[in-house]
Order: sequence, then C-alpha cells, then structure tokens
Amino acid sequence: MTTMTPSRYRVAGRADETADTVTLALEPLDAPLPAFRPGQFAMLYAFGVGEIPISVSGRYGAGGLLHTVRAVGATSGALCRAEPGTTLGVRGPFGRGWALPAPDGADVVIVAGGLGLAPLRPAVRQAAAHRDRYRDVTVLIGARTPEDLLYPGEHDEWRAAGVGVHTIVDRAGAGWGGRVGVVTALFDRLRIRPAGTVAYVCGPEVMMRFVARDLARLGVPAEALWLSLERNMHCGIGHCGHCQLGPLLLCRDGPVVAFDAAGPLLSTREL
Amino acid sequence: MSTTRELLEAHPFLAGLTAGDIGRLEPLARPEPFPAGTRIFEENGPAERFWLIGDGQVDLDIRVPGRGDVIMETLGPGTVLGWSWLFPPYRWHFGAVAAGPVRSIAVDGTAVRALCDADPVFGYELTRRFMAVVVGRMQATRLRLLDLYRAPA
Repeated sequence: MTTMTPSRYRVAGRADETADTVTLALEPLDAPLPAFRPGQFAMLYAFGVGEIPISVSGRYGAGGLLHTVRAVGATSGALCRAEPGTTLGVRGPFGRGWALPAPDGADVVIVAGGLGLAPLRPAVRQAAAHRDRYRDVTVLIGARTPEDLLYPGEHDEWRAAGVGVHTIVDRAGAGWGGRVGVVTALFDRLRIRPAGTVAYVCGPEVMMRFVARDLARLGVPAEALWLSLERNMHCGIGHCGHCQLGPLLLCRDGPVVAFDAAGPLLSTREL
Repeated sequence: MSTTRELLEAHPFLAGLTAGDIGRLEPLARPEPFPAGTRIFEENGPAERFWLIGDGQVDLDIRVPGRGDVIMETLGPGTVLGWSWLFPPYRWHFGAVAAGPVRSIAVDGTAVRALCDADPVFGYELTRRFMAVVVGRMQATRLRLLDLYRAPA
C-alpha cells in the first residue's frame, strides 16, 4: 500500500444529518490506515465515480472512521447515497490537523459555519473530554437554517461536559427559539482572556475571514487562531499542486493553517 | 441592585463616555425589564427611545403576509436596540420582541436628540456610536446576503 493506493473500507452505517448531508461510518476491510488526527482529511473514493477530500469527523470503533459528506456533486452525491455494505476507497491521513491539545489553562474558542462543524467535531469532543484542563471552552455554531445545524443531538452532551455551545442561523421560521444573524454576533457569549485564547475556525472562507479578523481585534494572537482552508485537494501529498494557495500546498501544509500565515493569503485577489 | 447610573456605566455601548456625559443621560434613562414574548415595538410605530440590553435577547422581526412575523436578527446582551429615533421620520423600520426575559435600560430618544442639538460635541460622539451599530448591522446583512452556507452550485 502507498499513499496513492486506496484502502478498502466498508460502509458500516450511515446517518442522515440534514436534507443533503450524511455521516458515513467506515470500517476497514484491509489493514486500517494510520490513525487520523482531528482536522486531517482523507481522499474518499466512490469506485467508478471519483475521489474527493473529506475531513474526518470522528472515529468509528478501533480502526474505523466517521466522515460527514454533503451532496454537492457527482462524487459527493455517490458517497451520500452509499448504503451499509458498500465498499469505498480511502487514502490518508493527509495534511496538518488542528493544533491540539490547546495549552493547559487556555480559553478555547471553536467557531463553525455550516458543514465546518464536521472537521471541528473531534476537536470539540477532545476539549469536552479534557474540560478540566481549560479555563473556558466555547463552541459557536452558525448555519443557514435550524434544519441545517449539524449534530444537534450532541450539543447537550457537550454542554453537560461544561462546554458553552451557542447556535445562530441565517434565517428561521416560526418555532425557532434561538438566535438569528451572523456567527460573529455570538461573540457576546465569549468570556475569554484574549491573550490566553486558542481558536479553531472552520466554515466558508469568507466567514472564516470575518471570524478571524474579529477574534484578532479582540486580541486573540494570530498565531493561536487556526483556520481550516480548502482548495482542490487531489493527490494529498503535495505533488500535483492543485491545492496551491500562494506558498502553501494545502493538502500538505494545511488544511489547518494559523491566521498569521493564512490571513494575507485570504485577501490576495490572485489566489 | 445597581443604580441606573451604574447600569449605564457598565454597558459596553457607553464605554469610554465621560462621567459628565453619563450624568446627562442618567435622568433620561430608566431600567425596563421585559418578560419573554413582550412586543417592545411595532414596525412603523413612533420611535421615541432606545434600549441598552443588559441581559437577554431581542428579536427584530418583520410581518410578511402568509409567513407571519419573520425574525431578521437577534440582538444579544451588551448591544443597543433601536436607532430609528435618531433619524427622521422617527418610525421603527422593524418590530422587536423579547425572545426571553430581558433586562434593559430605556433611554428617552427625543430628549437625547435635544441634548445632541444643544451640544454638538456630545451629539457627534453619540451619533458616531449609533453609526457604528448601523454599519455593523449592515455588514452582517451583507454577509448573510452572500448566503455562504448554501450548497455550491
């Protein structure tokens, strides 16, 4: 096996998260791939259709993986339609994950937009499992509508572990008792000492730019502000260049990049 | 129990105002709690005051035929509710309802306008703060217009 050869995994289970998003539980048919760290990604291969990068959203059993996939194209659609028993190809783990664990005593802020909660879920779970190490842990979640919120069943588990979980949606109908607006509006929930804060952010790139900018204005150090970036990952090992962002090859140097390095690149028109 | 002055001094919207300026607002302000579900004002109603939200959340909404009251934005603690009192025609652009129990300080907008007219330096400072609120909400609206969480085409 090489990093270019897919390992066979079987779909052991699937859960519909939203109207177009599914979490697949994969278990290895061959020797399991090396353990994925939170924030790393795999190349998932729907045989006969195509291969796409998908972040790991959790562990499944001893050597298995959880991937949350949104149906937006031919390959992601095929993955979302995969029923238990389907064999998929998996390559990985690729890239740099979240800078975990955060230093003891730190304030931890996790900001997710839309599907961005998927790669952050392992980080949330890790922070919740070691809650006593940190001063404050807050998770801020933005989504398009209440129906698009990911993992709502886990939010109360995280709260029970002492994590502040706050949600906001772009628009809501009758019956929504939560907040409406942009995710940065939830910053009024933060009880942090900015200089001692580590932040993890994932979502649409424009959203991450605004979140990172506002956290930096609050005083969170740029080098402690981590973003998960996305480009057209293809080979996964920094050879093909499809995922280049300025000096970075995101499949190798990312997808998680600190804001001090990523910030200038995100506002460069040619990139 | 905090006094009105202490509440004004503690509110982020007024942070950095001089003691003298806080003192001028104090007689125009009073604590005003709202039970959950209270309609604070109606769209197009006369805009005569503003509220400094101390605790709780307020939904800004608009009545859409066939869809009822649609929430456009939620304001949280530390923010200010209402700027229509500052600009003609002094009518609310949207409605507002307490999303839960709300602690606030109500301030007489008509009297504050008179204060601003009489003291342009104070008026400029206060208008600058309200402009920042308006700009912040406009930027947030622009971001939401991008519909960033929509599935890519």
